[in-house]
Amino acid sequence: MQSAPFELETAAAGVPGLRRVAIDPVSRVEGHGKVTLLLDEHDRVQQVRLHIVEFRGFEKFIQGRPYWEVPVMVQRLCGICPVSHHLAAAKALDHVVGVDRLTASAEKLRRLMHYGQILQSHALHFFHLASPDLLFGFASDAGRRNIVGIAAAYPEVAKQGVLLRRFGQEVIRLTAGKRVHGTGAIPGGVNRAVSRAERDVLLGDIYQIVAWSRQAVHLVKRLHAADPALYDGFGTFRSNLLSLVGADGKLDFYDGRLRARDADGRLLVDEFPVRDYQELISEEVKAWSYMKFPFLTALGPQEGWYKVGPLARVQNCDSIATPLAEAERREFIDYGQGTLIHAPLAYHWARMIELLHTAETIKDLLHDDDLSTGELVHSGKRHHSGVGVIEAPRGTLIHHYRVDDDDLVTMCNLIVSTTHNNQPMNEAIRRVARRYLDGRQLSEGLLNHVEVAIRAFDPCLSCATHALGRMPLQIELLDAAGQVIDRLSSPA
Amino acid sequence: MKTILLDGLPLPFADGQTIMEAATEAGIFIPHLCHHPEFKPQGSCKLCTVKANGRYVSACTLPAKDGMEVENNSPDLNDKRRTLLQMLFVEGNHFCPSCEKSGNCMLQALAYELEMLTPHFEQFYPDRPVDASHPEVLLDFNRCILCELCVRASRDVDGKNVFALSGRGIRKHLIVNAESGRLADTDFSLADKAAQVCPVGVILQKRKGFAIPIGRRRYDVEPIAMQVECAPSRTSGEQES
Repeated sequence: MQSAPFELETAAAGVPGLRRVAIDPVSRVEGHGKVTLLLDEHDRVQQVRLHIVEFRGFEKFIQGRPYWEVPVMVQRLCGICPVSHHLAAAKALDHVVGVDRLTASAEKLRRLMHYGQILQSHALHFFHLASPDLLFGFASDAGRRNIVGIAAAYPEVAKQGVLLRRFGQEVIRLTAGKRVHGTGAIPGGVNRAVSRAERDVLLGDIYQIVAWSRQAVHLVKRLHAADPALYDGFGTFRSNLLSLVGADGKLDFYDGRLRARDADGRLLVDEFPVRDYQELISEEVKAWSYMKFPFLTALGPQEGWYKVGPLARVQNCDSIATPLAEAERREFIDYGQGTLIHAPLAYHWARMIELLHTAETIKDLLHDDDLSTGELVHSGKRHHSGVGVIEAPRGTLIHHYRVDDDDLVTMCNLIVSTTHNNQPMNEAIRRVARRYLDGRQLSEGLLNHVEVAIRAFDPCLSCATHALGRMPLQIELLDAAGQVIDRLSSPA
Repeated sequence: MKTILLDGLPLPFADGQTIMEAATEAGIFIPHLCHHPEFKPQGSCKLCTVKANGRYVSACTLPAKDGMEVENNSPDLNDKRRTLLQMLFVEGNHFCPSCEKSGNCMLQALAYELEMLTPHFEQFYPDRPVDASHPEVLLDFNRCILCELCVRASRDVDGKNVFALSGRGIRKHLIVNAESGRLADTDFSLADKAAQVCPVGVILQKRKGFAIPIGRRRYDVEPIAMQVECAPSRTSGEQES
């Protein structure tokens, strides 16, 4: 399970004498992903390259646009977690319009929107996209390994997944105006309250949602208990962790300061103000990928890379404010027996603990009358730049804008969760490929395992999503001279 | 009483009234963009094209005549109107998903009303930088449909002549009457009529953006075809201004 820390065989480019295996997914809506495995002369996986077209030019074409348009425009980066981009942008632009502290109503409404978003996204990630692998087995029939197959074999699990997601989307609709790509957050506040009647509708379901979320944690724990060797060892590698941490060290998805730990759990950075993120994080560019490689500047690119997302957050915080999720966090931490848990498949466990926390938090918020009354927008002295950081479902999300005197955006920098997890995903794939690639033969089993590793971090990649009954991948095996010596495509 | 027959329905009209005015008074919707009840008609957008006694004409400019048979809400005419909308959409940069006018925009509302599902034509993607020089008003030329309502309002109501169309054919575009070409260098004011009449998202009050939530915007409240009695500047839903 333990590996030499921070060896970065993926870092080098142009090493001679390596054969290439390319796993090339067919382009789908969310973009295009491709995995290349570079073999050495002994047919051993030497390097891994996960190529992703990540943000499609948003940083460029937002330039010259008025700042108040930004939260609505940039959320189009994603169809699964648009609220995260919507809110990160709004948080950055709060500073531009001179609002360092929202009204109580605005902050609670944004928080409700965000927790609804994490609830629906985590439900989608686990139930719709990951559970088929975990419940049927990684190498099981691809035609069955999807949410429809789950509905047939485990109807109660599928039902709960679908209804959990539906509830989260309903929270989003009532706070943002639409289930996907709404307009609720505006610079300085929000544009709508949630009425008492709307809260009552949600309150009618929330206790069931909390109960199902709890069952989801128990389901993941049963899966771990059934095959601990697999769950602890699959693609496992050690790394630093990074996340926002809220007041008093509590788990917080909406706001806080940055905290980083090393692979042994020692604090590297704490209470770091998000506006200074550029002093904490640098990004490395590599010739073979569209996606940058962030790292903690003080440690350098070799040792400074880190995981973000549920596994980082749940182990980075000191506690969780809601009781059921806190009890589950303690059990999770105890499972690590005093050391950090680095297993990619443990992301799902941590994810379901977070799902439970979001359900409990939504329950508490829905009882708060500030959601229905009070001032929604503030303004103050204009500034020319703003940084907004939020914990998106898959990890820390940073939005940074500069705005000129005419109100137009002149600079935009986005570091999205998937980018933070770039090196970790490469590393997990490399571990998995080393374990499951059998010589020079490509197999569907290998593809499945690579997908499972990616999906532990992120379901948004084309290559990490389940097509119903069909695996959207194409693989080519190339020798050192670039000749195709094997090719594997999924049947149409 | 003199009447026209609009889609088989007899409508009374007064001498000098256009087909559009006769229909509007009767609460019947004829799609339009450049028409505004407070301004002299100019018949440039052609969305209000109807068939009067068998000929295609602009309802906003043609005076009604006694006994005239007018076809308005027919598949043939709506197909043509949809095509006109598609051409308008591809000629500019109309990105409803991130446009602050979404829900308050006549072009978008008509596209919904006439069930425009795709742009159909190849997008032009013109390069039109915004003019953000004015402290209170943003001009986003990307969305201009050349209806000249701002031109007419500034000239006929405000007495300022801030706007004009320049160029010919495909190069026709909205300009600002200042040597620099910048709105900040004109005497334009947010209180001007010209600031209130844009049917699309060109002339925008700054820093309002998405302050009005989804569901409370003009065409969220009622589809455009149900709002025939309202002039575009008098709304039944909330608006930015």
